[in-house]
Amino acid sequence: MPPIVKATNLTKSYSKGILALDNVSISVEPGEVLVVMGPSGSGKSTLIRTFNGLETFDSGQLNILGISLDCQNNEERKIRRIRKRVGMVFQQFNLFPHLSILENITLAPIKVQKKKRDDAEQNALILLSQMGIASHAKKYPSQLSGGEQQRVAIARALALKPELLLFDEPTSALDPERVNEVLDAMRRLATQGMSMVVVTHEINFAKEVGDRILFMDSGKVIETSTPDIFFLNAKHERSRKFLNQIKKK
Amino acid sequence: MKISYKATTQILIALIVISIICILINNLTVNLIKTGLGFSFGWLFRPASFALAEHPLPYSPSDSYAWALFIGWLNSLKVIFYSLLLATLIGTCVGLFRVGKNVLLRLVSAGYIAIIRQTPLLLQLMFWYFVAILGIKGTIASPIGSVLSISNQGINLLGIKLSAEFTSLLLGLSVFTSAYIAEVVRGGINSVDKGQWESFRSLGLKDSTGLYKIIIPQALPAILPGLTSQYLNLAKNSTLAIAVGYSDIYAINDTIINQTGRPIEGFIILLLSFLFLNLIISNGMEYLNTAIIRSSNPY
Repeated sequence: MPPIVKATNLTKSYSKGILALDNVSISVEPGEVLVVMGPSGSGKSTLIRTFNGLETFDSGQLNILGISLDCQNNEERKIRRIRKRVGMVFQQFNLFPHLSILENITLAPIKVQKKKRDDAEQNALILLSQMGIASHAKKYPSQLSGGEQQRVAIARALALKPELLLFDEPTSALDPERVNEVLDAMRRLATQGMSMVVVTHEINFAKEVGDRILFMDSGKVIETSTPDIFFLNAKHERSRKFLNQIKKK
Repeated sequence: MKISYKATTQILIALIVISIICILINNLTVNLIKTGLGFSFGWLFRPASFALAEHPLPYSPSDSYAWALFIGWLNSLKVIFYSLLLATLIGTCVGLFRVGKNVLLRLVSAGYIAIIRQTPLLLQLMFWYFVAILGIKGTIASPIGSVLSISNQGINLLGIKLSAEFTSLLLGLSVFTSAYIAEVVRGGINSVDKGQWESFRSLGLKDSTGLYKIIIPQALPAILPGLTSQYLNLAKNSTLAIAVGYSDIYAINDTIINQTGRPIEGFIILLLSFLFLNLIISNGMEYLNTAIIRSSNPY
């Protein structure tokens, strides 16, 4: 099977000549969980946001699910075709506050996939019960805890039956006691064979669930290793330094 | 010590306010006695004996001043109502262009807002009346022929005739207010968290759908207060009708004051009618505001 994500020499610079992405090449295989780690400002978020066209890039090739993206995102339709097949979960949940939980989840299936409301709602309820929050269907986002909101966001991303899920620091905005409920949901998705790219600082999750760790610094890929090698015997000095720093916390 | 200081200030302010009111009342009484006219509204029922170019209800010079004023009020209402609709329509579009992705539209709308906001309304009204409408030579007909024709007599839209005065006032008020409404709309849209855009885009929704379903509902609570004050401004600015010769309540009242020599009664009527009108507008908007806040934030 061809890779789900294939990035070759991606480069992006912000103004003042700072490189957000510096010659990044990476591929994600079907069913793989790629964990992206690195200090803040290393380009992790920028990288995964190029995968669904939220971020443009300056040069290089990017191919998502067999569709190649042009760097300036000029082809709206092409990007929407990718977005229909790639789900994204954000650090700040980004639920729609004026819509109920059920409406949050059914909006895209109804508007994008032209599903009937009844079918979309039924599917949404199944997803919510998989996330353990079916009883909140009629509530509004502000009535839910952070962990519950993030699980709604995962259900919303799943509602389009995506072939790839992108997670941008999904637990960074949560209270510590709420982190595990979200990680557990992600773990279950991984065991079901979902292809995932996860930006996170959660070492235990990366060890247990990650198939490969991608370590970035200053826009460059420093190393790509299996968790065993990365956490016990990282190849690069920079990686070891980073691991020591986050272990101290 | 502190309390007595506060109380003294309060009493002092009250005294100043009361004396100003007393001076004004005294002035009024002295002047009324001087003119020997007294204070009365009896003249309202005498015939107006002037003609009106535009009257939505039947009117002839033999009708009373009261009826003439009422016709003027209706004329004001008419131009305010249609200007509100047109200004909201243009303003919303320009405001959306201003935050949109199309660079050309963004520049054009920025230029439009800058020019309109930085020139006086009176000047713009003069432009619409004397240059844009009265300056027309012959008849400009649209390709659809009988649907729309524009001449220096005004506009004929589907058989509905709009006078040159009404048209220029309508365009002047609408265009002027639309620039301010555009800024209110832009501010409201920018007040919505950027994450909401990313969120709906990542779900494959089109920008137009997301704008309508996600962004605008959240921007409305921020837009409505600003919109209300623009509506109230528009209603008050409509009194500039007199500059282009449209018979609104202010223009008619002006004529009546000249004829009857009763400026105090005339201005009281004018003040009350605008107070009434603007109370309707602000209460309507307040009602809308509460309804929207309740529906967008149910808990």
